[in-house]
Amino acid sequence: MGDAVFERVRERLEGMAGTPAVSHGVLALEIERSSLLEVVQALRDELGFDLFLDVTAVDWPEREPRFDVVWHFYSTREFVRVRVKTRVPLGDPTVDTLVTLYGSARYMERECHDMYGIVFRGNDDLRPLLLYEGFQGHPLRKDYPKQKEQPLVPYRDVKS
Amino acid sequence: VSLPPLDRLPNPIRPAFTEGSREGSVIVNIGPSHPATHGTIQIVAELSGEHVLRTDVHCGYLHRGFEKECESHTWHNLIPYVDRLNYCSALINDFAYCEAVEKLMGIEITPRCRYLRTLLAEYSRIADHLTCIAAALMELGAMTAFLYLVTIRDYIYEHLAELTGARVTYSYGRIGGLARDLPDGWLVRLEEILEQMDTFTGRVHGLVDRNRIFIDRTRDVGVISTSDAVNWGFTGPILRSTGAPRDLRKDTPYLAYAELEFEVPVGIKGDNYDRYYVRMREIDESAHMIRQLVDLLPPGPLCVDDRRCTFPAKELVYTEIESLINHFKLVMEGPQVPPGEVYSAHEGANGELGFYLVSVGGGVPWKVHCRSPSFVHMGGVHRMLDGYQLADIVPTFGSVNMIGGECDR
Repeated sequence: MGDAVFERVRERLEGMAGTPAVSHGVLALEIERSSLLEVVQALRDELGFDLFLDVTAVDWPEREPRFDVVWHFYSTREFVRVRVKTRVPLGDPTVDTLVTLYGSARYMERECHDMYGIVFRGNDDLRPLLLYEGFQGHPLRKDYPKQKEQPLVPYRDVKS
Repeated sequence: VSLPPLDRLPNPIRPAFTEGSREGSVIVNIGPSHPATHGTIQIVAELSGEHVLRTDVHCGYLHRGFEKECESHTWHNLIPYVDRLNYCSALINDFAYCEAVEKLMGIEITPRCRYLRTLLAEYSRIADHLTCIAAALMELGAMTAFLYLVTIRDYIYEHLAELTGARVTYSYGRIGGLARDLPDGWLVRLEEILEQMDTFTGRVHGLVDRNRIFIDRTRDVGVISTSDAVNWGFTGPILRSTGAPRDLRKDTPYLAYAELEFEVPVGIKGDNYDRYYVRMREIDESAHMIRQLVDLLPPGPLCVDDRRCTFPAKELVYTEIESLINHFKLVMEGPQVPPGEVYSAHEGANGELGFYLVSVGGGVPWKVHCRSPSFVHMGGVHRMLDGYQLADIVPTFGSVNMIGGECDR
């Protein structure tokens, strides 16, 4: 059943997503970041991928551009998943936000921003979520040392 | 005691709003440690009287760097960590994670392992749903129902401790198998517990289902529509309570679910009552599945015969050099997982529990990402809180079953 959907995705996104391959049951699309909104819009409106599962990034410090940003989508009608992946450089880790298409993107993009410093253009709410206000750096980047200490919220000065 | 002015106090969060949007409204902070909520969550709410106008939900108080920590341990050593994501149904996490790694390694688990994992996943789901319903009912004052359900949960915990050695965090999954086989008499006790559970859930149905107070507190409270639920990423019992029969066990069958007969219970309108009822019905379905699995459970080995991940038998480790080296390599370097990436999802007790793994080869993961249902649900829970009463936050939040461990990771 999934194959027919994957074939439709391949046809619809021809020229935009390289040569999509099925990897462990998920169709993996590699796209240019400029075509993100167009691709996701087509996935949602025409191809039925209505559930936004997840966004995260993968850090490849040796590589230029350094980050992969990875989205997963699920179709609640066809029961298949696609993975959309794009590359962004350290100097400009920006991609478009998906909050206009999926409400759930708002929170998950905040987490990705916390952890990797990916900026989601158009998401006006990128406040720290899992981290706290004032946390410096992006802990899931490979150059962030695991043992690093942070300026914790100072203790209140209580005089008795 | 002299404190700096309020706006100078350090605050771990920055609320989305600090001013009321209308005359006379007040902003109230609930949590992160509040006696009426379970789970470390902070809700900043704007109230007009008792009426909730809008909410800003903050999580992250239980963040412990799970994903960062995973990048410096071998694939096997992560199993105790994934246990601690959803600690109400830790075995489901174990199996979802192990299956993701097995997909990367191209391992097919043995039939006995497949059926046993399915059985234990359903058993865990029962424990998770019992916890959720018990806590939600207790917060509404139904102490008897709470005690009935938690009694059964405790029988399950003790029973699982007999199998795994721990009550809550089992570390029982293994890549390519399971830690150990069933002890003698385990399945007999299983049936006893299921029978008692039927009695006790029956009593809870009798106490609660048609109870005026319960209906008033839950019917038409925290309503969410199917389209809204999908848009905000809800999965699991919450999505099903809106009437959409979406269940990964049916839709993308994994483990042994394709061979089982079961129904996907759905609600009518996606309110708190429906979420209570869907979970209660799912407990029945899980018990039904477990009884089928007891009959289906085949004999045979539990772990695959694959030296890349399965430890050699102890007597071989002590008697032959190849097995000793094999054991040493597996402990020191970890199972060698070929390069690649995988996204693998199971139907967790709260919704889609996905693991996105990236391997560059070798014994340590390059990246482990957990798509946890609770975290996504917290992103949309304001849709169920806004517009209701302040007191409704408690039952609605209870019915969502936020688990801090998997939400904050």
